[in-house]
Amino acid sequence: MTDLSYVRTEMLSERDPPLSTTGVIGWIRENLFNGLSNSVLTLASLAFIYWVLSHFIPWFWSPTWNGTSLGQCREMIGAAGKESGACWGVINERWPQMLFGFYPVEERWRPILAFVLMFVALIPVLFNMISRRWNWFLLALVLFVTTLFVASGWLAVVAQVLLVVAMIWIGRLILVTKVSDRADEIKAGARRLPNPLMFSAAFVFIMPWLLWGGTVWAPIATAFGFVVGWGAFRVLAPVAGSLVAMILGVVAAVVWWLFLVGPVAAGLHGLLPVGLEPVQSRNFGGLLLSVTIGVVAISVSLPLGIVLALGRQSDLMLVKWMSVGFIEFIRGVPLITLLFVASFLLNVFMPPGTNFDIILRVIIMATLFSAAYIAEVVRGGLAALPKGQYEAADALGLDYWKAQRLIIMPQALKISIPGIVSVFIGLFKDTTLVSIIGLLDPIGLSNSIRADVAWNGIVWELYGFIAFLFFIITFLMSRYSMYLERRLRTDHR
Amino acid sequence: MTTLTDPPKESFRLSMLLNDSRYRSITIQIVALIGFLTLIGWLLNNTAQNLADLGKEPSFRFLTQPAGYDINQMLIEYTNQDSNLRAAFVGLLNTLIVAIMGCIAATVVGVIVGVLRLSNNWILARLMTVYVEIFRNVPVLLWIVFTMAILIETLPAPRDFRGDTPEASMLLGDTVALTNRGFYIPEPLFSRSLGDVSLFGQSPLRFDVSLDLIAIMATLLAGVLLAGLFAKRADRIQAATGVRPRTWHWRFGVIVLPTAALLAGLGLHFGYPELRGFNFQGGTYMRNSLIALWLALSLYTAAFVAEIVRAGILAISKGQTEAAAALGLRPRRIMSLVVLPQALRVIVPPLISQYLNLTKNSSLAIAVGYMDITGTLMGITLNQTGRELETVLMTMLIYLVISLVISGAMNVYNNSVKLQER
Repeated sequence: MTDLSYVRTEMLSERDPPLSTTGVIGWIRENLFNGLSNSVLTLASLAFIYWVLSHFIPWFWSPTWNGTSLGQCREMIGAAGKESGACWGVINERWPQMLFGFYPVEERWRPILAFVLMFVALIPVLFNMISRRWNWFLLALVLFVTTLFVASGWLAVVAQVLLVVAMIWIGRLILVTKVSDRADEIKAGARRLPNPLMFSAAFVFIMPWLLWGGTVWAPIATAFGFVVGWGAFRVLAPVAGSLVAMILGVVAAVVWWLFLVGPVAAGLHGLLPVGLEPVQSRNFGGLLLSVTIGVVAISVSLPLGIVLALGRQSDLMLVKWMSVGFIEFIRGVPLITLLFVASFLLNVFMPPGTNFDIILRVIIMATLFSAAYIAEVVRGGLAALPKGQYEAADALGLDYWKAQRLIIMPQALKISIPGIVSVFIGLFKDTTLVSIIGLLDPIGLSNSIRADVAWNGIVWELYGFIAFLFFIITFLMSRYSMYLERRLRTDHR
Repeated sequence: MTTLTDPPKESFRLSMLLNDSRYRSITIQIVALIGFLTLIGWLLNNTAQNLADLGKEPSFRFLTQPAGYDINQMLIEYTNQDSNLRAAFVGLLNTLIVAIMGCIAATVVGVIVGVLRLSNNWILARLMTVYVEIFRNVPVLLWIVFTMAILIETLPAPRDFRGDTPEASMLLGDTVALTNRGFYIPEPLFSRSLGDVSLFGQSPLRFDVSLDLIAIMATLLAGVLLAGLFAKRADRIQAATGVRPRTWHWRFGVIVLPTAALLAGLGLHFGYPELRGFNFQGGTYMRNSLIALWLALSLYTAAFVAEIVRAGILAISKGQTEAAAALGLRPRRIMSLVVLPQALRVIVPPLISQYLNLTKNSSLAIAVGYMDITGTLMGITLNQTGRELETVLMTMLIYLVISLVISGAMNVYNNSVKLQER
């Protein structure tokens, strides 16, 4: 017997996978060239991309930024030794117009400030990752920068000093105190900073004032209407019951808005005239017009749409059928017909002598339009809730409005968020339709720019620029909707 | 033993209207109804007063007056001496043409793009994503005017086709001419035609229907029904014996052969466009406004359809495919028997609402001068007669009817494929 043995006693070490299945080569084989048809498709795609880029890049890369007319652009392109190219001079000359329309040049800080403030106001609504301190700090910073550019005189200095003090104080809170210490302090009774949503609510009234100007008392008096309504509700609720109190509160607010806002604002303005230079609606144009119509219509149509959805799901037969009729009518007709109504008919429907301006009329119709679509989305959310949620709310003894506010709506709105955002995207894109009834949104402006002798014949540059503007905004909105869906997803996947 | 007495009969008190839930809903509804009727009455009153002040009492007499304008693309005969109602009818047909053509093209492109977005091929999937994002995020009106500009700026004018060495030439063996005025394509003609049948006599809604077309449609339909019978028979045999007989050649034959025989019998030939003078004659002429509207609407809507198709396919869980494979089905039959029927239930409702959107968006024809219902009734007729109220309301009503018909069809489909639960 020998000690020979052919049995291996230790394991072989693993070998590396073959080069062709790992790394870049492996990825390419896996994703681009696995099989004949896939390879053909890959090559065809590459050829298509090459074809597009080989035409687009030389056209795009054109030294015409300083051209002052189409003819001069052609000379510049010829001088560069190219056959054709884009004429970017038109964008260089007209981009302020494409953004602001005919808004007075010296007042353009107002729309800019309005939209920067809009983001500050939206932050607590859209994102919950930023603390109160950061939010107030941001607001003070924006206002401080604005005063540097806009205001002068002793009032501006006082405002700047106050804002700097506020920034230092909040900044110290941010830098010095730890979050946990601050939480302990608050638990012990220290004052918190006010909720930044207060500013968001106030911004609803600040924005029209900034854009249209006029006396500062008009938005204040308008906002006071909510105080009037709420006050009437609080006073009447113990006496007459919550339903009657709510109806009377609404009536009181409406009466205030219809009959008292004007005289009160005028009177206060007589006492203390503070205000901005008024800007007429017809001077609005370009992207400013689209964004104004979009933002106002979106913010008003959301509550309106929720009410309509509740009406449609209601047990009250008449309320239900009125909501259904309204929603189906609006959804059944194209927006352009509603804009024709705004342009031709809305003044006919109003009492004789009423003549409110076209932009307001368009905003009203756009609001009604998107409210109907929001209502359908929210109804989907309401219908998707399990019946148990409604029954549990009833079992807890909550009345209708409490059940909606505390149990139904938070869940239903969460489900409907992607739909709501896509309605908003659609509405924002549809604001371009106002060019058909003669308003100067970006597309309407592009037509009037082409009517200029210097730029007669410019097509691609203007359309491309408009498409770029809209693409950026709507793309960001759709990404935000995806982010929100992820954030609100509470199930485990 | 005690006897239970009836609870005391409550007499009705006025406060019960508000505090008793039996009556409160009625109270609320009556208040809402009164509010609603007041609003309507107020609007009607204002309207009547305003119109009276303008001296324009509502009247539909303008519909029978001569329209006095020409329409450049029409399906039925129309002259500018015809009535406004007839012009509106021509416009309505134009709306329907572009809507139907757009829905078909959007479905085809959308399904292809949606499937390719799920492809294993990385570069192709990315390319399709870029397509979808670009088209979805730019307003449709911009696409329409942009496509119109492309057609006008890049295609050759008809005069470029002239001369011995023309700058442009016709496509597909000199049968199709793409010019910046529109597309000229071959038109089908019948040498032994059955003639037309005129409907609605001399009324403004009169139109002719080609009997040839009806005959062809009827033959095709009969062929498809017959083919369905063959498939049913195959199903029966398969259920009884387990072996499915091969029937595709029979099914193909009963659809194609009778139709081909009918076409030959009618003497089908094509009329080709020809350059005469400064323009093309003959063939079917599709104006560039129609082409631009059709292309832009269908490519824009296709981006949405692609997302719907993708979501529908992704909604079918992998277990379904694997279970079907475990049963021994081949990939094609897995698709047609297991995945598609379930995916369609998810896909079709949003797809039809996209069709609805496309139809409504076709009203943007007015931006490129295509004479649809918006361009005729709510466009030129409105401007010429000054009847804003009547024309706008009529146009809205027409769109509303189209929308309700489409969504009614959707409801019928939804009910037929609804999951039968308990």
